[in-house]
Amino acid sequence: MSDLITITDAAKRFVKGRETISIFDKLNLTIEAGDFIAIMGPSGSGKTTLLNLLGGIDRPTDGAISFDGARVDKLTESQLSAWRAANIGFIFQFYNLMPMLNAARNVELPLLLTGLSAKERARRVQAALKIVGLDQRASHLPREMSGGQQQRVAIARAIVADPKMLLCDEPTGDLDRKTADEILGMLQLLNREMGKTIIMVTHDAEAARYANRVLHLDKGRFVEQGAMA
Amino acid sequence: MRLLNQIIAVSTINLKSLPQRFLPSLSTIVAVALVVGVLLAFMAMAAGFQRTLQGTGSPDIAILMRDGSQQEVNSVITLDQVRLVGEAPGIVRKPDGSPLISAELYVIVDGVKRSTGTKANLPLRGIGADGPALRPGMTLVAGRMFAPGSNEIIVGQALSKEFAGFDLGQQVRFGTTVWTIVGTFAMEGSVFESEIWGDVRVVQSLFQRGSSFQTIRVRMQDQGALDQIKAFSEGDPRLKLAVTSEQDFFAGQSSGTVKLIQYAGWPLAIAMALGALAGALNTMYSSVAARSREIATLRCIGFGGTSAFIGTLLESLVLAVIGGLIGALAVWLLFDGASTSTLGQGFTQIVFSIALTPALVAQAMVLALGVGLIGGIFPAWRAARLPIAAAYAQG
Repeated sequence: MSDLITITDAAKRFVKGRETISIFDKLNLTIEAGDFIAIMGPSGSGKTTLLNLLGGIDRPTDGAISFDGARVDKLTESQLSAWRAANIGFIFQFYNLMPMLNAARNVELPLLLTGLSAKERARRVQAALKIVGLDQRASHLPREMSGGQQQRVAIARAIVADPKMLLCDEPTGDLDRKTADEILGMLQLLNREMGKTIIMVTHDAEAARYANRVLHLDKGRFVEQGAMA
Repeated sequence: MRLLNQIIAVSTINLKSLPQRFLPSLSTIVAVALVVGVLLAFMAMAAGFQRTLQGTGSPDIAILMRDGSQQEVNSVITLDQVRLVGEAPGIVRKPDGSPLISAELYVIVDGVKRSTGTKANLPLRGIGADGPALRPGMTLVAGRMFAPGSNEIIVGQALSKEFAGFDLGQQVRFGTTVWTIVGTFAMEGSVFESEIWGDVRVVQSLFQRGSSFQTIRVRMQDQGALDQIKAFSEGDPRLKLAVTSEQDFFAGQSSGTVKLIQYAGWPLAIAMALGALAGALNTMYSSVAARSREIATLRCIGFGGTSAFIGTLLESLVLAVIGGLIGALAVWLLFDGASTSTLGQGFTQIVFSIALTPALVAQAMVLALGVGLIGGIFPAWRAARLPIAAAYAQG
């Protein structure tokens, strides 16, 4: 497999008053295309900051981040927006659906950033909803669905524009075990069947078992890397 | 096209979520409606007053008053001066060769407003035999013309509606004399409809004015005759009268009162607009705070800051437009066409209809949009600059 994303000697520091807080320093990470990685670690270890860097939401103070061989950290804000739209699908702990839009409209959002016709958008929305098993619930509002169904809509939204990488922030943190397993199974399927590269931040060791690789982050350093079966 | 899609999507999300922020949104709408309502009420009053006075007066009728007199009540004209003016060039003459001229006396009498029961000054105008002929558009809507030499009067229909005791056939006491109302006249909503007319000789006699008058009205052969009459008046030391066209005279009469109403209306509306602006800012900042996770999520997905900015601004503008339309609708329903009266420059009441015009509504809507724009632009800026990482926030 080829390298999809490479972090080289990345540092992230925040200035708070007179104090400079270092989240991590000289962090190196290579993620291959088609990988499924779980990032674990205690609160404050830098997991979310790392996810922000990987998703082009934040920039490193030092170092470089490359995606498919091109520097991401050098892009302007508008270029980053376009890059995220084309390459990244986000899945959040609390689903982050627009409460006033039905499932289909929520899933359609990333496609509004493409030049696709309304007809083609509708076709792709229906296909994405079918993948997550909710094609019959297209007209339902988020409040009319369970937490698990809402997260499946969020997954459909994340994959509808066919991004290379999915970034998941505690995707099962708000779900019961059985529903969480369904969602994780679905992510595993997207990784294995559709070749999506998945990076998932989680506190849940059970959830991490679905990943190919687990990275433990503590005080801004990877303390241990484990390959899963 | 992609930006337009983004803007439409963000605006749809914002507007559809308005019911979730019902009370703060409603408070902004009500505040803007009050601003627009107050402004329009004042402006419509000024417009109605202006329309009444500017609709009065003909360009081919000249008014002559004592030089330096701003109002008819301040003027004094003698019978000799009336006769001299009759010889001036440029005046229309009747078949018998006599000039079409009306020497008039303008006195103030008491009346009682129907709506409030309060006393008010009303104008009683003594007119000559040619007086009605010098008022184009004047028609008797009830009764008949007063008989010369009698204590009979006719009243304008606006005055009759606004003030008590001026119905056809009623008798009214002015000082020690009793007058009988024998007719009601209309005059296309002009200021003359706020007057009472009687025979000038009788008015002179019963108000002890001897043979003096206050104004002379003449019909000019054409508008160019005004200069001829002016030159005639200036050339004769016995005259020295100020000559203006009737149209200009009433236009000048309206400006002071109209400005007074406008000067009262605008500062009040602007003060209220500042209050509404504070409300709008508060509502929109709350809206951005409430939607911060939605906005950040859209930014994560790839939506630009521009769409977040425009979507938020549009929400503010929509609230302002709704408020503005409600305010305008309220003024239209409550006041448009309603009859009221105010003190004119002749120290007498002028009855007029409040007039809400499209131009006034446009002015008020500009003010409402200004509130929406300023109230939305700063929160919109905040929305556009919101940290994208807020998408990960709980709740």
